[in-house]
Amino acid sequence: MGEYLKNVWTWFYTIVVGMKITLRHLFAPKVTIQYPDERYPIPSNARNRLQLDPDACNGCLQCSRICPVQCITVETLKVVPNDPEQPKMGDGTPRKIWVTRYDIDFAKCCFCGLCTTVCPTEAIKHTTDFEYSSYTRDGLIYHFSPMTPEKVEQKKKLLAEWNEKQKAAKEAAAKNVASSENKES
Amino acid sequence: MEVFNIFDKLLGENILSALVSVILPLIFLIIYALIAILGELKISAWIQERLGPMRTGPYGILQPLAEVVKLIQKEDIVPAGANKLLFNLAPYIIFAGSFAGFAVIPFTAAFVPAEINIGLFYVFAVGAFAVIGIVMGGWASNNKYSLLGAMRSASQMISYEIPGALVILSAAVLANSLDMQKITALQSGPFWNWFLFGGPGDWSKIWILPFTVLLSLIYMVSSLAETNRTPFDIPEGESELVAGYHTEYSGMKFAMFFFAEYSNMFIIASILAVVFLGGWNSPFGSFMSGFWWGIFWFIIKAMFIVFIQIWLRWTLPRVRVDQLMYLGWKVLLPFSLVCFIFISLYRIVY
Repeated sequence: MGEYLKNVWTWFYTIVVGMKITLRHLFAPKVTIQYPDERYPIPSNARNRLQLDPDACNGCLQCSRICPVQCITVETLKVVPNDPEQPKMGDGTPRKIWVTRYDIDFAKCCFCGLCTTVCPTEAIKHTTDFEYSSYTRDGLIYHFSPMTPEKVEQKKKLLAEWNEKQKAAKEAAAKNVASSENKES
Repeated sequence: MEVFNIFDKLLGENILSALVSVILPLIFLIIYALIAILGELKISAWIQERLGPMRTGPYGILQPLAEVVKLIQKEDIVPAGANKLLFNLAPYIIFAGSFAGFAVIPFTAAFVPAEINIGLFYVFAVGAFAVIGIVMGGWASNNKYSLLGAMRSASQMISYEIPGALVILSAAVLANSLDMQKITALQSGPFWNWFLFGGPGDWSKIWILPFTVLLSLIYMVSSLAETNRTPFDIPEGESELVAGYHTEYSGMKFAMFFFAEYSNMFIIASILAVVFLGGWNSPFGSFMSGFWWGIFWFIIKAMFIVFIQIWLRWTLPRVRVDQLMYLGWKVLLPFSLVCFIFISLYRIVY
């Protein structure tokens, strides 16, 4: 009997204790952050979407080589020495290479940050932007190269012409050498 | 005899006044259900330190309306192999049973939809309708979870009806009446005249004070079990029975079950308010009393008890079936019997 009454009292008492706790939480400040309206501050070193600074990129391809999921595709083109619009790097030195294509597929990216570590010019960096969802997978492929396809075509042609010229010059030089050798002999 | 229904006085005793007396509680019930749904959402959220619905209207106050619209839009599915007649009838029986209880609820001194001198007994009798509806719905669904839920619900309601009835009996012994208006009228005056504090009378009531407090607690617990609310919601325990007896219901029929649950909550709360908290009486005696104040006090008291029900729901985990039976038969029943005997003795002596 005594045990029974004690049990009943314990049940009642524990319910009161529990209700006290929930009552305290009822008036406690709420922890919810109403996401699209309010945001949790993101640390500035957070590894979210990558951003390329095309001016700083020197097309060394290190990022695309180190990428463990191969999500970075880089294509480059040599700059013709007498190009009328000789480009400059971000720090003013003349550019030797056009970055004709710099694509990152964020559907593949694992945000490991290796590309940012190897980049010699700190052209590729993580940003705090994490809201870039897309309805298609193609929408997640970001094209960072500022060059238009027409310009790329033009530069390709320029390079081809220059290569032709170089080749012709070389052949001419070789002929000259050969003819002079002929004369000498 | 006093006129307990003001509409009989205003409109004469005809069909119109009867219609008004029926429709008014229904309107009240709909508004109350919306508020209670919102309360449930908000209180559960606040207890868990969340915000709850915030997008529908300012602070999410239109959320229950959105839920009702959602439920109306839903497809009404009748499972293959279900007994169509019983399946379709069950939600309406449950709702009719719980709404019938509103007939004797004294909203204020001058308004009780139907004046019956055995009001408390009537509420108990129509309250048992719910069990028929639940068993009907559970059996007709042709689903083992529904049937198990219905069986559990029936056993639970039968076990808890007895302590609840003993509490009502004790109240009837104290008040010498089963008429809810008379019981309320007896408790007029300041709040220490409420039956929670021993009812009206001189200092000798101190002898029964612990018993009346105990009785109100017993009624609270047994009524929770009768309305199938947490911590006694084992008929609809998600982890073992999907959703219990309303597993197969969708759309408006599910809404009826939902509605009936909230309406039952209010009926339980109003019985507690009438029997133990003085119904429409002001807690300050004649101060702040009158027709409109009566409605105010009654609804405030009932809503406070509804709040306690919601509060308990988000505090306690669900009990096991054997614990439920133990609590019903071995704790509540002997305690209510002891209280009943002491109160009867007190009535004989004084």
